[in-house]
Amino acid sequence: MSAQAQAPAPSASASEAAVAQVPVMELIGITLRFGGVTAIKDISFDIREGEVRAIIGPNGAGKSSMLNVISGFYHPQEGEIRYRGELRASMKPYEIARLGVARTFQNIALFKGMSTLDNIMTGRLTHMRSGLFAQAIWKGAAEREEIAQRERAERIIDFLEIQSIRKAPVGSLSYGMQKRVELGRALVSEPSLLLLDEPMAGMNVEEKEDMSRFILDVNEEFGTTIALIEHDMGVVMDISDRVVVMDYGAKIGDGTPDEVRNDQAVIDAYLGVAHD
Amino acid sequence: MMIVPQWNVSDRTSIPARDDQRPRRTPALTSITTVPPELGTFPRVVQRNATRFAERPAYREKAFGIWQSWTWTQAHEQIRALAAGLLDLGLMPGDAVAIIGRNRPPFYWTVVAAQYCGAIPVPVYQDANADEAAYVMEHCGARFAVVDDQEQVDKLLEIAERTPQLEHILYLDARGLRTYDHRRLHELASVQRCGRERLAELGAELERRSAAASGTDAAVVLYTSGTTGRPKGVVLSHDNVLVTAMNSCAFDALDERESILAYLPMAWVGDFVFSMAQATWAGFCVNCPENAGTMHADLREIGATYFFAPPRFFEGLLTSIRIRMEDASAARRWLFDGALRRARTTGPALLEGRPVGWTDRLLHRIDHALILAPLLNATGLSSVRVGYTAGEAIGPEIFDFYRALGINLKQLYGQTEACVFLTQQPDGQVHPDTVGVPCTGVEIRIDADGEVHYRSPGAFREYYKNPEATAGTRDSEGWVATGDAGFFDSGNGHLRIIDRAKDVGTLANGHLFAPKFVENKLKFYPDILEAVVFGRDRAFCTAFVNIDLSAVGNWAERNNIAYASYQELAAHPKVCASIGEHIEQVNRSVAEDERLFDCQIRRFLVLHKELDPDDGEITRTGKVRRRIVEDKYGTLIEALHDGSTTLDVETEVTYEDGRRGTIRAVLALHDVATVEVAQVASDTARQRSGAGTRGEPA
Repeated sequence: MSAQAQAPAPSASASEAAVAQVPVMELIGITLRFGGVTAIKDISFDIREGEVRAIIGPNGAGKSSMLNVISGFYHPQEGEIRYRGELRASMKPYEIARLGVARTFQNIALFKGMSTLDNIMTGRLTHMRSGLFAQAIWKGAAEREEIAQRERAERIIDFLEIQSIRKAPVGSLSYGMQKRVELGRALVSEPSLLLLDEPMAGMNVEEKEDMSRFILDVNEEFGTTIALIEHDMGVVMDISDRVVVMDYGAKIGDGTPDEVRNDQAVIDAYLGVAHD
Repeated sequence: MMIVPQWNVSDRTSIPARDDQRPRRTPALTSITTVPPELGTFPRVVQRNATRFAERPAYREKAFGIWQSWTWTQAHEQIRALAAGLLDLGLMPGDAVAIIGRNRPPFYWTVVAAQYCGAIPVPVYQDANADEAAYVMEHCGARFAVVDDQEQVDKLLEIAERTPQLEHILYLDARGLRTYDHRRLHELASVQRCGRERLAELGAELERRSAAASGTDAAVVLYTSGTTGRPKGVVLSHDNVLVTAMNSCAFDALDERESILAYLPMAWVGDFVFSMAQATWAGFCVNCPENAGTMHADLREIGATYFFAPPRFFEGLLTSIRIRMEDASAARRWLFDGALRRARTTGPALLEGRPVGWTDRLLHRIDHALILAPLLNATGLSSVRVGYTAGEAIGPEIFDFYRALGINLKQLYGQTEACVFLTQQPDGQVHPDTVGVPCTGVEIRIDADGEVHYRSPGAFREYYKNPEATAGTRDSEGWVATGDAGFFDSGNGHLRIIDRAKDVGTLANGHLFAPKFVENKLKFYPDILEAVVFGRDRAFCTAFVNIDLSAVGNWAERNNIAYASYQELAAHPKVCASIGEHIEQVNRSVAEDERLFDCQIRRFLVLHKELDPDDGEITRTGKVRRRIVEDKYGTLIEALHDGSTTLDVETEVTYEDGRRGTIRAVLALHDVATVEVAQVASDTARQRSGAGTRGEPA
């Protein structure tokens, strides 16, 4: 956990200052059903500008569904979502992406045969303006645009320290590295809200430390608001500002890591006392 | 970055044009012992370069996927701006400036900028842990530290209590540092900006300090890695370094057209001499890789013409080529083996200008075009005009391989206290088992007990704040002890280093014993990772062998040998038999040596665990700690010498997370292998008794 131990004081104070601001997203009374199954039951919480917001809970608690609601992929049957104060209508995923929301996936969703660089460049597609024909000719504006996009991609490659795999096909990389490339693809679209679905799943301790460091750096350097789902409690408690705890589709806790850690309902859910 | 990057999508255009390969003048080997006073210090040489090599590239660094470059004029401007900025922060003459980071142009500028102000640069190993860094920072008393990024800043803040004299920390990469307390922290670029603004007022003071500097002033303090005890700070003066640079550049005719990749730690004397001293003196370009992981790709792009690497690098490269060839189709392997077999005789002959028949020449041309040139290109060494290796003995077969490919790879011998260069191999006189002739201006003397001593204009000024150690190493006549045992080869007059002087001894029968000589021969085999030879004051030599799990594992897979663990594979009779065969071959080769013929191995065992730095058995840099191994495995050594065939052992091991455990094993002192080895030993003994009369004129 050295990644967090090295500079706890400065990062905490920075985020506290940022947290006091307005919510980026408010979720009010969200209920999501799949047929007869209620995945999310009347949940309300908000994500504030510049914070690292974690959603935790046991398996099947509805965390990924919640993230899909936030990203606009699922449309809840009840409740409303306010994005920067305005009621958000039901949207297509690319419309959400244009609003400045980017995400990574629990099971890596990269183009395995393409290089790291090309994968990250795809994250810039929403910012490309030149048409198919102009790109095929690749002169003038299209060329300049490509150069500008490549520069952004290279800055992200530098940020994530993945220069050595720039040209490597993503399929040949280790799991931890692929996760990092996926984070790069999300970052390069310059999101204002970044959604991470289990960014540390399947990683070893060292990879987790690296990833934690990158998440904190993204938050600090780019001022990106981050919402993440994670199983590793140590990581969650170390890097998040506020935590929502879910169990069986319902919200059972919400607050700073310390508040949540001492919450009886949360302890019960995790230790299994309340069930059976 | 100080220069606005020129973005270009195509990578091909980002590769700098290679320098022309005009024929070069023959080296002038006259001994020069002083530098002209107008060039007596680094800042003055850089100043000369700024006018003489003005628009030629001085530094390149790959950043954001593109090579960014600075000409000598630009580099000089950067250095002066930084020097003025440091002056503005209150850098005083005689202050130490610690430099902690990977090879990057601003760090090389910091070296010269500090010297401009009359201060002493002290590069520190970037991967040193907090305690090691604290020791060096404490000992040199640095008031200033120039570091890479947050990692290094955190390290310095962690040890702040032990280094109260540290006032200012300058960093290159601002990432993650925005919220830190900036009273003592400065971004290097902003210090430079400040210096640039105030250059008009501070320029006079800079010139005054630069003019006051003399060649005998300390140019740098380099801390030796310290395999025994605490590191010592070696003070090298401008004279030491510049005279060495001047002589060594002349020796290999290095000029401003060379290109070098700076990838070895800045705190190591080699990097200081190659990337700082020689580069500045000759005016050639220093290229800094993008990060540690891209070194190989960057080497290929840059096409270095002057290249240094430790033997480990060349061994690793050859192993990766071999493994890839093993997976190639039979036809390709046949082509590769054939080309290489022919190249092994023709390649070195062509390099050394010996006569070669026209059929061999023609075949070599064809081999070169079809196989050798593409292979060279893949290694990134195709432009290398002068290549050196040093630090450890290199297996002659490895050495020959690269020379067969046409790379002018040579060996040199040196140490921090001598600014590296003590002996080096001249072009055309390369013998794999020697380290060459004394460098220009260096006198070498062999003591009665075989230890190598030298006197040289490059010999260090002193150990920093440690006069006792200085006096213990250098005598009143200026002879410096190297701690290595060696002798001049009677045939060609080149120096041969046998081992560390303290490890060299005699067998019970009085014959010379030098373990490393045999160990290096053993370690050449890909399936032997490490070998430790014992025999001092004993009747015969024995060895511990560590197998290389990847190479032997690969072999086991091909031969359908199942194994569950390192221990099981190491104990497999077939593995032991194969190791026995290797030892047999090594013994034949050892028998041919006129002095060390009795160092043949009669008995051996394959250790049940790898020697590990966590157990203190080898150093972090991979050198065997002989005393510790001897203490820990004393019973095994006794068993090898008393003739037992099996032995129960229980060894304590330390896991990577610090927990301790024990490994139990029944070690066979391999009957099969022992018998084979014994036969071979007696075979070779017979051979030797025939050869001995021929090989022992002395």
